[in-house]
Amino acid sequence: MNEFGLLTVFSFGPGGWGPAMFKAAAMTIAVALTGFVFGAMVGALGAWAKIAGGRITRGIADGYTTVLRGIPDLLVIYLFYFGSSAVLTPIGRMFGATGFLSLPGFLAGALAIGIVSGAYHTEVFRGAYRSVSRGEIEAAVAIGMSRALVFRRIIVPLSLRFALPGLGNVWQLVLKESALISVTGLVEILRQAQIGAGSTRQPFTFFLAAAILYLVISSVSGWTLQRAEQRFTRGLRRV
Amino acid sequence: MNMLQSQNASLAPVAESVPAVRVSQLRKSYGALEVLKGVSLDAHDGDVVSILGSSGSGKSTMLRCINMLEVPNGGEIAIGGEVIRLKETRTGPQPADRLQVDRLRSRIGMVFQSFNLWSHMTILENVIEAPVHVQKRPKAECIEEARELLAKVGIADKADHYPAHLSGGQQQRAAIARALAQRPRVMLFDEPTSALDPELVGEVLRVMRALAEEGRTMLVVTHEMGFARDVSNKVVFLHKGVVEEEGSPDDVFGGSRSERFRQFLVR
Repeated sequence: MNEFGLLTVFSFGPGGWGPAMFKAAAMTIAVALTGFVFGAMVGALGAWAKIAGGRITRGIADGYTTVLRGIPDLLVIYLFYFGSSAVLTPIGRMFGATGFLSLPGFLAGALAIGIVSGAYHTEVFRGAYRSVSRGEIEAAVAIGMSRALVFRRIIVPLSLRFALPGLGNVWQLVLKESALISVTGLVEILRQAQIGAGSTRQPFTFFLAAAILYLVISSVSGWTLQRAEQRFTRGLRRV
Repeated sequence: MNMLQSQNASLAPVAESVPAVRVSQLRKSYGALEVLKGVSLDAHDGDVVSILGSSGSGKSTMLRCINMLEVPNGGEIAIGGEVIRLKETRTGPQPADRLQVDRLRSRIGMVFQSFNLWSHMTILENVIEAPVHVQKRPKAECIEEARELLAKVGIADKADHYPAHLSGGQQQRAAIARALAQRPRVMLFDEPTSALDPELVGEVLRVMRALAEEGRTMLVVTHEMGFARDVSNKVVFLHKGVVEEEGSPDDVFGGSRSERFRQFLVR
């Protein structure tokens, strides 16, 4: 056997692990992105509850962010994966299915990431809303805009601008968190690296390769985000 | 043209009797602090009313009650004869009909002390926002009108700039153009020159003077005594939530009976 190295891991030739590794990277991006988008929806709801909600909705939102930030993310993934099986397995039995039933690893993982990152999204959106100048909102009210129009034309575009840096941080967090989903058997980067390490007895090489893949994804997304920030904050900076 | 004239002619007697803005017995409190203690004021079409008073006299609060940015605790506001309906709620009085308030606001131009231009929009976008998205007028027509308005306030070349790239005086003139784009029945100015560097005050006052000369109905909360004396046809002096002096500039500045107003002028 030839000398085994990083090149072999990324190689698309015979005996190379390239196709598997890149498929795993795509899976990581897919699950992280799904979780991130789901988390953004949860966060928008949470921020709305904290800003405009009554005492009860505010209490629920506060409870949610406190609990989610207080328990390990891995535990949340277990809860979703095995929790869903506790619900789905009996239902499956009723329809004659036998054995262990659960949400697919992808769905359970994306939901878990969404719920966890939703707590961070909530705080990012809330902070961004607070940064919108009261005067600009008042000017919109004064020209006769309805509440919905003020929200759509003024509050959303302005607060999204302020939210971008925070959203970038949450994305980095989500990306790293996606590695935890490997426990459900979903073949993303980390899981694929474990498989490769096990079958070739080259753990260091595979885990190094995994690290490189994560770095590439996060730097590319970081660069994209920077560009987006530059684009969207044009009017907010003095030249 | 003929038709316009005959319309104007038929409107004239009505305008005489129905004030563009009528404020009657307005009261407003913040907790235990009563800021307005029954203020009344009429502004007819074409009136330029200067509202004077030291800080804490309630003059800005009164102005902000006219377009319901502050909801009064008592009294009445009528715009062109239409009374704004209020209702009592647990948290205090609120507009009874939000649609009525939005509709009336869409024809009241407001100019703020701190400009409050929307920072994510260019100056042109700021100016066409109300006509396009609130009044739902055709966009092309609004853009054309907006460019004329920007030329009128002297910043036609800034149409595609963002507010942050303009000086304070330019921003305030843009804000005036934005209010004019509403084709307002009444213009409200809330200390429009107070946030400006002294050398920029003149350019904004010149624009306001031009508006007054073309017959716009304006209510102006200001510290600019020159403007109050020379441009407005009516001066109101508020002190501790009540109207202390009211009349033509000559009357008020000339033979003011109020000791407090004389003290205010000296300061």
